[in-house]
Amino acid sequence: MAKLIDRQQLLSNDPWHFADDEQAVTEYAIVPLKRWLEQRDDLLALAQQGKLGVHFNSDETADQLGEDAALMARISIDFPKFSDGRGYSTARLLRQSFGYQGELQASGDVLIDQLFYMLRCGFDRFALRDDQDIDDALAAFSTFSVSYQSDVNDPRPLFRRRS
Amino acid sequence: MYVYDQYDQQLLNERVAQFRGQMARYLDGKIPEEEFLPLRLQNGIYVQRYAPMLRVAIPYGLFNAKQMRTLASIARDYDKGYAHFSTRQNVQFNWPALEQCPDILERLASVQMHAVQTSGNCIRNTTTDEFAGVTADELVDPRPYCEIIRQWSTFHPEFAYLPRKFKIAVNAVPGVDRAAVKVHDIGINIVRNEQGELGYRILVGGGLGRTPIIGSEIRSFLPEEDLLTYLDAIIRIYNQFGRRDNKYKARIKILVKALGVERMQELVEAEWQRIKDGEDKLTQAELDRVKSHFTTPNYQTLESNPASLQQAQAQDAAFARWVQRNVRPHKQAGYAIVNLSLKQKGNAPGDVTAEQMDAIADLAEEFSLGEIRSTHQQNLVLADVEQQRLYELWQQAKSNGLATPTLGLLTDMICCPGGDFCALANAKSIPVAEAIQVRFDDLDYLHDLGEIDLNISGCMNACGHHHVGNIGVLGVDKKGEEFYQISLGGNGGDDASLGKILGPSFARDAMPDVIAKILDCYVAQRIDGETFLETYRRAGHTVFKEAVYGKAD
Ligand code: HEM
Ligand code: SF4
Repeated sequence: MAKLIDRQQLLSNDPWHFADDEQAVTEYAIVPLKRWLEQRDDLLALAQQGKLGVHFNSDETADQLGEDAALMARISIDFPKFSDGRGYSTARLLRQSFGYQGELQASGDVLIDQLFYMLRCGFDRFALRDDQDIDDALAAFSTFSVSYQSDVNDPRPLFRRRS
Repeated sequence: MYVYDQYDQQLLNERVAQFRGQMARYLDGKIPEEEFLPLRLQNGIYVQRYAPMLRVAIPYGLFNAKQMRTLASIARDYDKGYAHFSTRQNVQFNWPALEQCPDILERLASVQMHAVQTSGNCIRNTTTDEFAGVTADELVDPRPYCEIIRQWSTFHPEFAYLPRKFKIAVNAVPGVDRAAVKVHDIGINIVRNEQGELGYRILVGGGLGRTPIIGSEIRSFLPEEDLLTYLDAIIRIYNQFGRRDNKYKARIKILVKALGVERMQELVEAEWQRIKDGEDKLTQAELDRVKSHFTTPNYQTLESNPASLQQAQAQDAAFARWVQRNVRPHKQAGYAIVNLSLKQKGNAPGDVTAEQMDAIADLAEEFSLGEIRSTHQQNLVLADVEQQRLYELWQQAKSNGLATPTLGLLTDMICCPGGDFCALANAKSIPVAEAIQVRFDDLDYLHDLGEIDLNISGCMNACGHHHVGNIGVLGVDKKGEEFYQISLGGNGGDDASLGKILGPSFARDAMPDVIAKILDCYVAQRIDGETFLETYRRAGHTVFKEAVYGKAD
């Protein structure tokens, strides 16, 4: 089992679960993006109650969900390999171009040394790969106290903040 | 020169602490080899044929005497007493111990240096013209723009895991290109539009390696404030759509080729429209702030070409030759740009010893306002030398083996580390460079031949830029034996072109003879002071081919 953390703590009792193409969709199901796109009408009611999420494969782009992002309570983005960086752009686009406000989870090959960048791209839930050390992971969020660029948490780059 | 403020320094200190922690976790067995790899690469550490290699960033090639002395101290304390300047204006240490790298990084950080993003699949050190700020023909000084790009690209949260490494170069001289912008992932030309406003002409998708491609224009004019948002847009498209299934097809040049530059342009433009007026749009205050670090120094009012200089040249032919070859005109009257050569016979091109590094630091302080530049040609530049002191400088440079008067000539070659150090090599390249330097050591002959770029790579990764050498040499492997393939007609400058393969490859010991045949052909064919490249372009490939291989029936 992956360990789910947010930047402060290890989370337990997460009601969310994955429902792949075969499984029945119940409350707090996270369905593949493709399934949402194909079965939108059937799934809409659950989404409107705030009880549906979608999962992005790393080759799927934020534009494929587009404005529907607002309907989701949780979005999960897969990192099949830590070196596959597409999910960073997906996250940022969901947050900054499609105004996504819900929970954004990184799943898959999620390692300690990626957490800080993920946080800056708008992730707030991290399904840490199960061999990773929790304390090292929580500490990684405060490795850097300054950043040059804008990010999802502070849209101002350093040059607009510098005194 | 840009001087760090508290933010820059703090970020760097935190980086060193982070890597120290990562190294400790790795040595504790908490991070497996495969996952430590990108972490060490992001700090410039390769593991090579015999030892790790540490690549230290020299942002856009500019550094100072204090930093040079620190590099010398590292060469002495952690390496075998020398370092190697690379074509990407960086400097490499070939023999550090892995466990000592955090200490080396800490020492670098104490003088505002680092190895951030000198390797790995991220945005690498941005490069530019080594004569930036002192050459009369540039539109503006490109270095503030490079510094703005440096800050934006450092730990960019979205672009640390791109499909492949990513290189940006900036040029600001109309009609001349010392930064090889056409063979970079993104090439930026600083230009003025018809209204006289500053901005950028952007090229995308150039690169060398196994699929060499000249970059294509994606935007003819981008306003000055829009630099970062537009770069964000290009790289975001690349991050999403660049190939990740095959590392040889992962560069942006392959994406641009697959989509066509028009489609690429549409995608980038659509992305850019979403973000162009956001907070990342540059402000005049920021442009001014960064530009204020690169102001013109307090030059003295000096006479151009003073009598003392003319006299020294008249009396000392060796000095005159060096001035003619290695000294370039400066925008300020009475000053000169001096190129220190790192191409001594018997040394790998780009190598310097710790003693030489200390000597260069002294020279920089004494003669050139304490600043130094590293060049794409693997040499160094002292950019602000008073003409009246050139003779004195030359004597000191000469006694330190830094005054080989061959800048731009055949033996001022570019050469990658090849099989002597590099784990990827198909063949050695340093001994080829050396054999050519030994064979062609007659200065009169070299000067008579004039400007020729000879570039040598030990494999098709093209670190030695062989594709853009007027004469390119590529190491190839044939059944476990080393051979060398020649290409002709490459050029990395403003009218960039890729070399064309001459024919079957040669054994290493044949190389000096082969080069001699090519040069003889040039001398026989040239008319009225044509350069090698001009003659090749006019006379054509076949003439050279026949000169080397004999006439085909
Ligand atoms: C010894 C360790 C080195 C290794 C393992 C190495 C590895 C590589 C690889 C794999 C590539 C091909 C990348 C691609 O095209 O996708 C490459 C390209 C390149 N490297 Fe190196 N290299 C090394 C040293 C150097 C040195 C010493 C220089 C400069 C003298 C250098 C400068 C370059 C440049 C300019 C390219 C051209 C890439 C392009 O423009 O497309 N590298 N290197
Ligand atoms: S061209 Fe090949 S041999 Fe030379 S440094 Fe690059 S990877 Fe190594």
